[in-house]
Amino acid sequence: MLQIACPHCGPRDENEFSCGGEAHIARPKQPDAISDAEWADYLFMRTNPKGALAERWCHTVGCRRWFNVERDTVTHTILRVYAMGAPRGGGGGA
Amino acid sequence: MPLGLLKYGFSKRHPAPRALPPRPDLKDSYDVVIVGGGGHGLAAAYYLSKYHGITNIAVIDKGYLAGGNTARNTAIIRSNYLTPEGVRFYDESVRLYQGLSNEFDFNILYSERGHLTLAHTDASLRTMRWRAEVNQHCGVDSELIFPDEIAKLAPSLNLSRDVRHPILGALHHKPGAIARHDAVAWGYAIGAASRGVELHTRTEVTGFGIEGGAVTSVVTDRGTVRCGAVLQAVAGSSSRVAALAGFKLPIRTVPLQACVSQPLKPFLDPIVVSGSLHCYISQSSRGELVMGGSVDPYSLYQQRSTLDFKEGLMANMLELFPFLSGVKLLRQWAGIADMTPDFSPVMGETPIRNYWLDSGWGTWGFKATPVCGKRMAETIAIGKAPDILDPFRLDRFERFDLVGEGGAASVGH
Repeated sequence: MLQIACPHCGPRDENEFSCGGEAHIARPKQPDAISDAEWADYLFMRTNPKGALAERWCHTVGCRRWFNVERDTVTHTILRVYAMGAPRGGGGGA
Repeated sequence: MPLGLLKYGFSKRHPAPRALPPRPDLKDSYDVVIVGGGGHGLAAAYYLSKYHGITNIAVIDKGYLAGGNTARNTAIIRSNYLTPEGVRFYDESVRLYQGLSNEFDFNILYSERGHLTLAHTDASLRTMRWRAEVNQHCGVDSELIFPDEIAKLAPSLNLSRDVRHPILGALHHKPGAIARHDAVAWGYAIGAASRGVELHTRTEVTGFGIEGGAVTSVVTDRGTVRCGAVLQAVAGSSSRVAALAGFKLPIRTVPLQACVSQPLKPFLDPIVVSGSLHCYISQSSRGELVMGGSVDPYSLYQQRSTLDFKEGLMANMLELFPFLSGVKLLRQWAGIADMTPDFSPVMGETPIRNYWLDSGWGTWGFKATPVCGKRMAETIAIGKAPDILDPFRLDRFERFDLVGEGGAASVGH
């Protein structure tokens, strides 16, 4: 089981959290101006990387706040925890 | 009736000749290159070589034969799904499975047990009734039954009302079965190899040559080969191989864990599943209890097993079968599953001509092995996906024509 360092509550066990899927997927600013294929790309298509992945997590049974986690999907180690709204940065690619 | 073993007993040729030839050198060119040497890829090679006269085929796999999810599933075969598209598709697979030992002349230990999907709430009773109606409409034998009948089918199941989630009823699907999963892959591999298909294991695909929008070659760590068509059938690695070819898929790769108990005398005939309790169990022909739960709640390319999975699974399993508390676990593992947004597979055409896709197999891949092989072979041979695969095409996502499969196992709906 992972230990996740909640930015608000400190390190807690994984089963206090929920994973909200890939982070930094920007909702198109003008949905009615783009094609169905572009909208489907936003809704469904994922890079699904084998390696560093940026995700949103929520401390569901703690402070109930959302934050970002960068996690390696091969070694299952947490590379970085950072605030919602912060750019991914910090290495690891887009 | 498969007579292979009997013939061997009376044969003068002992020991039997090696069933699969050693790995040959890669040729310059193949009519079809199949990426992925699991059940699906081998089945496609088998049907292409046996029924479509295409034998100049290379099956390429990074690892060993059928060592991925073909070796890691829980071997359950059923067609009691919720969508008519899904029921029709999986029913064809069940029918092919029923004849597969004869087809191969090799026993895949197909064992028809019946399949019980338990309902613990009024809402799930309603869903079971819905599934039974859809199944019967499509000619599939499923019906809603109640505790008195469940008790006859599974006398060891705890049907007490004095538990946290009492069993109110179940969807009974008589054709539900299990089979020896490795034997399915071996049967297809032997049949394909005997017709000239080459099996290139320990060969990694590192890229594709694409000219004018069509695939023309496959790059591997043992050299580049030209090809007329490619079939991608790589289960949990679908996104990565598709990325090599230059397109994206609506897939997340998540682990699905399972485990097996020590062998016990036969006591459990049907396969028992509870969606509400996130657990399923069947007894294999060796007497081992094969058990699984839900997929892990995040993406991961790791085939590890965790303690919290087993704790969560057993907490519920012991409510169904309290006496299992004294039974030991023998093996534990995980497979990495392609999860799609609508819990249905993604098959057929891709943005690249002559590059065919067999992916999105989440927690439902083993039971679809024969129908996928047969229908993907047909797709490659005639250059067009048949009607039965049409609902599962990749472009359903940009047409917003999804196939929401509420009958899929091990996933939250």
